[in-house]
Amino acid sequence: MIADHNGSRLQRMREALSLVVLPIQALADLPTRLGGWVSETFASRNALLEENDRLRRGNLKLKARLQQFDALQAENMRLRDLLDSSYKIGDRVLIAELVGVDLDPFKQQILIDKGRRSKLFRGQPVLDADAVMGQVTQVNAVNSIVVLITDSSHALPVQVLRNGLRGIAVGTGIIDRLKIPHLPNNADIRVGDRLVTSGLGGRFPPGYPVAEVVSVTHQPGEPFAEVVARPLAHLDRVHEVLLVWSHDQNLTGVTSKEEASPPLGAGS
Amino acid sequence: MKQGGLVILASFAVALLLAVMPLPEWARPFRPQWYTLVLIYWCIALPERVGVLGGWLLGLFVDVLTGALLGQHALALALVAFVTVTLHRRIRVMPRYQQMAAVAVLLLIEKLLSLWIVAITSNNPAPWMYWSGTLVGALLWPWVYIILRDLRRRFRVG
Repeated sequence: MIADHNGSRLQRMREALSLVVLPIQALADLPTRLGGWVSETFASRNALLEENDRLRRGNLKLKARLQQFDALQAENMRLRDLLDSSYKIGDRVLIAELVGVDLDPFKQQILIDKGRRSKLFRGQPVLDADAVMGQVTQVNAVNSIVVLITDSSHALPVQVLRNGLRGIAVGTGIIDRLKIPHLPNNADIRVGDRLVTSGLGGRFPPGYPVAEVVSVTHQPGEPFAEVVARPLAHLDRVHEVLLVWSHDQNLTGVTSKEEASPPLGAGS
Repeated sequence: MKQGGLVILASFAVALLLAVMPLPEWARPFRPQWYTLVLIYWCIALPERVGVLGGWLLGLFVDVLTGALLGQHALALALVAFVTVTLHRRIRVMPRYQQMAAVAVLLLIEKLLSLWIVAITSNNPAPWMYWSGTLVGALLWPWVYIILRDLRRRFRVG
């Protein structure tokens, strides 16, 4: 147990054992999957048309945004070239689906249906459509376990979008709460501030939204303010997640060296 | 494998399946410890075949299945199996309600050991509801007992 808690030497063993329990997981997931299939198959034509319409409109809107974004990206790269900084944007993503099984109630974890075969790696960032969800901690042959940012053993470096103030978002074990410790009482952070990944620590690519500050309490006599944030990702509702390969990681080969380090965001 | 080893394995597999079956959010804390109940039954019925090693292996699978710390459930279930095998003669002859009480204590042992390990390795607080699964499990014991006994007789596991 100590070996499993402190290191990654038992990864192989876990992976082997996970193959044995795979049929059980598949079977447990079956009712959920079947329900989805049934509702999809018997959906009425009108509902499908409506959905189609809605998606087309959404797509159009996103395309318009994308044009703007392309121009901004080009401009950004040009400016960065002028500054001579090596910054790459454009990450490769893969969509994975959640497997419907209940895991250990003490950990905020989810099981996804992609694994080593899809070239996932330990420490890989996982997003949903809105924000950062967590990172991969255990890669098996055909599935992997993702620890969510609200798990009490997880911490990730963030910054306030408004002014670039850096902090660390630490999980609390409660699905809709993150806390940002060690911010001094006079730090410029307010309710409603957006927190985005800062990219420090090299685990998460910079600039992805993480959470929104919901309360800032100054306690007289305490050196630090108590800042609580709510994750923007729908941690308890999503069905599909995005896995990200960022360019930085591929370039520096972080992926292969990652094995030795604990599954935490740096700075924790 | 001796007579009916497959039946024992199948009952454990079904228990593991029930342990990870998705439940609605409100029902989750009430999930009984299915695999512990099944383990206790086999430890009482066939202590010479299912014992500490069986409990430990079962726990290992639970750990991998639920993504818990490897060894957490293994340790707890090995201890439960040990206590059950030691006391199996007494538990066998108890009347049903007294058996339920004994099983409740065994289930509590498992939960408590798990909780200790969780508390040492992380700072997650356990809600009061954490213990409710034990109560549900103890109440379900007579049915688990009858179902598994009939299975054992039908397939002549022994």
